[in-house]
Amino acid sequence: MIVQRLAGRLGLSERIFVAVVVALCVLVPLANLVFPPGSPFHVSNASVVLYGKWMTYALLALSLDLVWGYCGILSLGHGAFFALGGYAMGMYLMRSIGTRGVYGNAILPDFMVFLNWKELPYAWYFFDWFGYAMLMVMFVPGLLAFVLGWFAFRSRVTGVYLSIITQAVTFALQLSFFRNDMGFGGNNGLTDFKDLLGFPVQAQSTRAVLFALSALALLGGFAIAKAIVSSKLGLVLIAIRDAETRTRFLGYRVERFKLFVFVVSAVMAGIAGALYVPQVGIINPSEFSPANSIEAVIWVAVGGRGTLTGAALGAVLVNASKTWLTAALPTLWLFVLGALFILVTLFLPKGIVGTLGAWFADRRGKP
Amino acid sequence: MIGRKTTDALLYLDGVTVSFDGFRALNKLALLIAPGEMRAIVGPNGAGKTTMMDVITGKTRPDEGDVLFDGGEFDLTKLDEAAIAELGIGRKFQKPTVFESHTVEDNLRLALKAPRKVLPTLTARRNAEEKARIDELLATVKLDAQRRTPAGGLSHGQKQWLEIGMLLAQDPALLLVDEPVAGMTDAETFETAELLKRINRTHSVVVVEHDMAFVRELGVKVTVLHEGSVLAEGTIDQVSADERVVEVYLGR
Ligand SMILES: Nc1ncnc2c1ncn2[C@@H]1O[C@H](COP(=O)(O)OP(=O)(O)OP(=O)(O)O)[C@@H](O)[C@H]1O
Ligand SMILES: [Mg+2]
Repeated sequence: MIVQRLAGRLGLSERIFVAVVVALCVLVPLANLVFPPGSPFHVSNASVVLYGKWMTYALLALSLDLVWGYCGILSLGHGAFFALGGYAMGMYLMRSIGTRGVYGNAILPDFMVFLNWKELPYAWYFFDWFGYAMLMVMFVPGLLAFVLGWFAFRSRVTGVYLSIITQAVTFALQLSFFRNDMGFGGNNGLTDFKDLLGFPVQAQSTRAVLFALSALALLGGFAIAKAIVSSKLGLVLIAIRDAETRTRFLGYRVERFKLFVFVVSAVMAGIAGALYVPQVGIINPSEFSPANSIEAVIWVAVGGRGTLTGAALGAVLVNASKTWLTAALPTLWLFVLGALFILVTLFLPKGIVGTLGAWFADRRGKP
Repeated sequence: MIGRKTTDALLYLDGVTVSFDGFRALNKLALLIAPGEMRAIVGPNGAGKTTMMDVITGKTRPDEGDVLFDGGEFDLTKLDEAAIAELGIGRKFQKPTVFESHTVEDNLRLALKAPRKVLPTLTARRNAEEKARIDELLATVKLDAQRRTPAGGLSHGQKQWLEIGMLLAQDPALLLVDEPVAGMTDAETFETAELLKRINRTHSVVVVEHDMAFVRELGVKVTVLHEGSVLAEGTIDQVSADERVVEVYLGR
């Protein structure tokens, strides 16, 4: 019933989005597994991984759009939620290596043996259990968002100051994850994964399934975000974005609404990170890099903030150009990204989907 | 304090002082509003009228003084904006502030009396009762035709009316209305006075306004503020005959 209610509310771009993601979810794995290499319909293993990565980026962008586009919270720390979800998944993958590591220690991951540690740190307890690890994928980013939001929103930190705080937090996390004694693999991070729930992570079929799961997660994230923004709570979020004080005088506790949407969004970003890690095969502190969080903001701006579908589209488009450009002209990418941001801000302030939407609405408005 | 009726007044201000960097925007202000009353507040620019509303609605904390609501039942200086709004004090801002990207209808929907917590808001459904209330409000503030217009597209006067509509939607015991006719034509000003009089049949109202013709039209007790305290109080004819009032207005 909820699905029906939601489907009834979807606009044109949203229907297209859902149709495309569903199609990809089925066709990409099919083209990879069923059609042999050499067939014109074949999608290579490398491409499956690449597209899977884009799906997780699209989910990250969607989560960012939920807070930025609808509630005006410009988070420059969403990469941190993504990375924390990724680390939680990475810890499960590390522990499921077991005795197959270089040092053959059944309990301790290789890097701990290398550092001469004798005991598993508390933070790593229970991570051999998949269910617990998945809980942490959501809980850890959610908790960070809760604590950060609790203090920031209650003290009415808004705008640029909030952005700076979120950026500072992700930078601080990067520095601490670099340290060996934090117990998360330091500089090298977590890698050399063997299998996930018994399925070898490198296997073609596992990767195809991971792709499909990433596409499904994107759809799920979209459904949740859409349900939120089209509820009355969604009206309150936009009200907060446009006139925060007014919203308060209507009796809404602005900080609680912000906290709610910030935590939901962080959990979504964490799930995206958890799906990303087994596909790329590594998670290290560079995922906390402030630049990553800023890139995610650019994806959303390019696609169109406050549109959900635009955020996902922007993530895919920008990353596709990145893949193409870093192969063709590796040194140029950062300049192109910067130029793209400036151009979009100046000429397409509503982003691609926002601009197209306004254009269609205009045409329909005319006789 | 809580739970004890200490005054008959709906709103009770006494000895309220607010300083900004040493400058006293309110200076031992005292004001009593009786239940069901409509009061007009006038005063030159900078007299402290808006600051007074900020204090009542929890936006500004007074340095000293009592601000009590509902016969002394509630100490407003201890509550935040949302709590005060929920107690039943609604406010229209001096500069009309509506939610520009929401439709007129959605602006009213947000203002309607309903649970304000996160989860009830998430699960709230549109219902017939709500729709009936919105229809009624749209008719009251004459915005039926603009129902689906984004509020950002309204004229200045229409925004003022929408904001009054939002106030009514909250159904507060006390309405604080800051300069409702600024930027309105004479005809609109007259209609707004009529609207406020109608509202006053069921609500207590405090109106701040510069427009003397409008205040005369309201025909209620007038309080003149000057440099943060009450200079005179009485009918419009009494206060405009008061020498000190004349001096304050003309001497500038
Ligand atoms: N946040 C603030 N910080 C510093 N000074 C302030 C602040 N708010 C108000 N003031 C000052 O307090 C005085 C009273 O301002 P207030 O806005 O209450 O006047 P007002 O009677 O509403 O005037 P107007 O008719 O122009 O709206 C003014 O001198 C104003 O500059
Ligand atoms: Mg004022």
